[in-house]
Amino acid sequence: MARIGVFVCHCGKNIGATVDCERVAGEAAKIPGVVHSENYLYMCSDPGQLKIKDAIRDKKLDGVVVAACSPHMHERTFRRAVAEAGLNPYLAEMSNVREHCSWVHQDIEDGTAKAIDLVRVMVEKVKLNQPLTPIRVPVTKRALVIGGGVAGIQAALDIANGERDVILLERDPSIGGHMSQLSETFPTLDCSQCILTPKMVEVASHPRITLLTYSELEEVDGYVGNFQVKIRKKARSVDMDVCTGCGVCMEKCPVKKIPSEFNVGLSMRPAIYTPFPQAVPNVPVIDKENCIYYIKGKCKVCEKFCGPGAIRFDQEDEIVTYDVGAIVVATGYSLYSVGEKPPGSTIAGYGEYGYGNIPDVIDALQFERLASASGPTEGHMRRPSDGAEPKTVAFIQCVGSRCPEKGITYCSKICCMYTVKHAMLYKHKVHDGDAYIFYMDIRSGGKNYEEFVRRAIEEDGVVYLRGRVSRLYRKDGKVIVRGADTLSGTQVEIAADMVVTANATLAQPDSQDVAQKIGIAYDKYGFFSEKHPKLAPVETNTAGVFLAGACQAPKDIPEAVAQASGAAAKVLEMFAVDELEREPTIAVVNEDTCVACFFCKRICPYSAVEEKEIKDRDGNLIKLVSHVNEGLCQGCGLCVVACPSKSIELLGFTDEQLFAEINALAE
Amino acid sequence: MTTADSQSSEQEQRREGAVGPEGWEPKIVAFVCNWCTYAGADLAGTSRLQYQPNVRIIKLPCTGRIDPVFIVRAYEGGADGVLVSGCHPGDCHYSSGNYHARRRFALFRKLMEFVGVDLDRLQFSWVSAAEGAKWVDVINDVTNRVRALGPFTEYQALSRWWKEVPDEQAIEQRA
Repeated sequence: MARIGVFVCHCGKNIGATVDCERVAGEAAKIPGVVHSENYLYMCSDPGQLKIKDAIRDKKLDGVVVAACSPHMHERTFRRAVAEAGLNPYLAEMSNVREHCSWVHQDIEDGTAKAIDLVRVMVEKVKLNQPLTPIRVPVTKRALVIGGGVAGIQAALDIANGERDVILLERDPSIGGHMSQLSETFPTLDCSQCILTPKMVEVASHPRITLLTYSELEEVDGYVGNFQVKIRKKARSVDMDVCTGCGVCMEKCPVKKIPSEFNVGLSMRPAIYTPFPQAVPNVPVIDKENCIYYIKGKCKVCEKFCGPGAIRFDQEDEIVTYDVGAIVVATGYSLYSVGEKPPGSTIAGYGEYGYGNIPDVIDALQFERLASASGPTEGHMRRPSDGAEPKTVAFIQCVGSRCPEKGITYCSKICCMYTVKHAMLYKHKVHDGDAYIFYMDIRSGGKNYEEFVRRAIEEDGVVYLRGRVSRLYRKDGKVIVRGADTLSGTQVEIAADMVVTANATLAQPDSQDVAQKIGIAYDKYGFFSEKHPKLAPVETNTAGVFLAGACQAPKDIPEAVAQASGAAAKVLEMFAVDELEREPTIAVVNEDTCVACFFCKRICPYSAVEEKEIKDRDGNLIKLVSHVNEGLCQGCGLCVVACPSKSIELLGFTDEQLFAEINALAE
Repeated sequence: MTTADSQSSEQEQRREGAVGPEGWEPKIVAFVCNWCTYAGADLAGTSRLQYQPNVRIIKLPCTGRIDPVFIVRAYEGGADGVLVSGCHPGDCHYSSGNYHARRRFALFRKLMEFVGVDLDRLQFSWVSAAEGAKWVDVINDVTNRVRALGPFTEYQALSRWWKEVPDEQAIEQRA
């Protein structure tokens, strides 16, 4: 007969308010096999855990059910406590009476009845639990960092400085990300490139970092500590070992009219190019879609002028494979466009802003390039249409953000601050100019952020108008801005020379593909999901995969850098040990009944099922059976259901256990 | 309006249009995967979203672990409805488990329909770890639909009879 102990947690009032914990414990005591049942204010506290340990010893328990919060929260806590009392940790289970019960039902009768059922289910399961031992797996002490923006750079440097090898993957020709496009940074007005480029150079020269630019993730296999990643190194058409970065090819290239991605269309670039002069690595790539040679089969001007002979028109994409133990995802963000709705997008454009077709209406990233000393105007304020210095500039915040009508309900967080900065930079460059900011709220939480806003208003004379802009249109070389000033209750019309829209921060358009390749979760906007919003903001639900930067949610630079360092610390923590423990809830084959049909082998997503020969003592083959490689099995249980002879069990989730759970709910 | 009032009116609403006897509440068993829907239900809790209390969750690592026999057993045990919920297609923690589940259940639903089970009693959904609000909608929707159907007496009577009269002669007689 089983000797089960049930421990019902009040979690203060979190459970106790809508679940009668005493009654739950009382009902639990009546379940056959339950020899101990009690309730306590905080089961996870030291005294609470002590109660469990004491009961295990005093009552000789062989199973424990803790009715408390989600097992995702405290299962480890209680399993550790149980182990300290000498019981196998896998003989403890949790009933989720908080997240799934007390927090979602207000009626105490409903809540209590449900809690009793949930406890009953787990008691019946625990009766059939087997002692299990965690599986130990080796760790490959090399990390992959995906994305070479400031977050990826920081994570890579921190891991590498912790004396571990790092592969830094970037799909563009250069690392640097969005930060390299920015002019100055708030609230200090540090020059963005000046503070970023030293880090970029450090990455390139670090002996522990393998930098793969112009490369994309193809495939991820394996599991924590033992991932195999396939990377496509796109053909640069330039030999990286030979190129000296002199730039003659770019000067000589006859194609000159390709809108520069780095300057967000404000300048043109040739077909062979580096995105910007400080690119790392400073080796150009040939844009095959626009190169005359690739289109028409002749030209090769770059090859003729290349002194060291680095041009390789026959270069092909290369697939490289690496073993890594941990992955940091730092793929960044993209910017919303006011243009017409792109295919497949749930987000509408702004017809009232002319779908981005009005000259001199630019987005925030374009303004950064205009203001940047390294930009197309060398930092002089010149509007795109005629190159004139704009004397009146309107800035519009929350374009796309906080706008359920357009499909985005969230706040993009960084726009309030960069718009202040934009207005300030504009006023510093055009002293007699007027800057107007249309805003919904000024969200300036952050160190010295509010002071920065005050400075713009009080010292630089930036005018804030609280209201939305309903329409933009072109008239006599000006952009007419029609909006509301809700504080004075009036309509506002400004004839602006230039308009800057603070567009919403979006996830990368292909973030879902990346998530599916790596096997991590994402929200409805495509931002990657952290393991816990408060206490595990760096981890994902997939062990060994960590997040850094704006791929998780809109973030400014210090937040992205802090999270990147956090992710790096998590990676180094993993790499501090030689072996990791993995959950032992894996599949096992009953060799007596297995008929070697190998359905399991076909269905297994991890190729964990092998064919095993069973031989007699003379070495003659008796039969073939399936065998599960415990290093590879992830415990999904697909094979269990597929097996026609019911010869596979998933430890921790056996058919018997699940039937017992279902029967526990029967009348 | 006080909380008690709103609750009683909610209970009245529940009774309205209900097919079952007075005081009857549908009993629903949900088989959910650990990584998406279980976590989504956790999020609903953390966000203190309220939903109807009729569902009892049974957690599995993956929807691919769910044997259709589990569902039959749940009906035998008196469930009026069953919900199966996992990761969205393409998002499976085990890369392909939910695809196997989807195929398996497409077939199983056909079988249930053929047998004469109203398909509102057997529902499927995809709820991700970020979709706490969707979980609430799914639960309320499933509960309302099963409530509208009333108790699953046909199956319950059959399974009771089966338990009481297990010999072959009786089966032949009934046939």
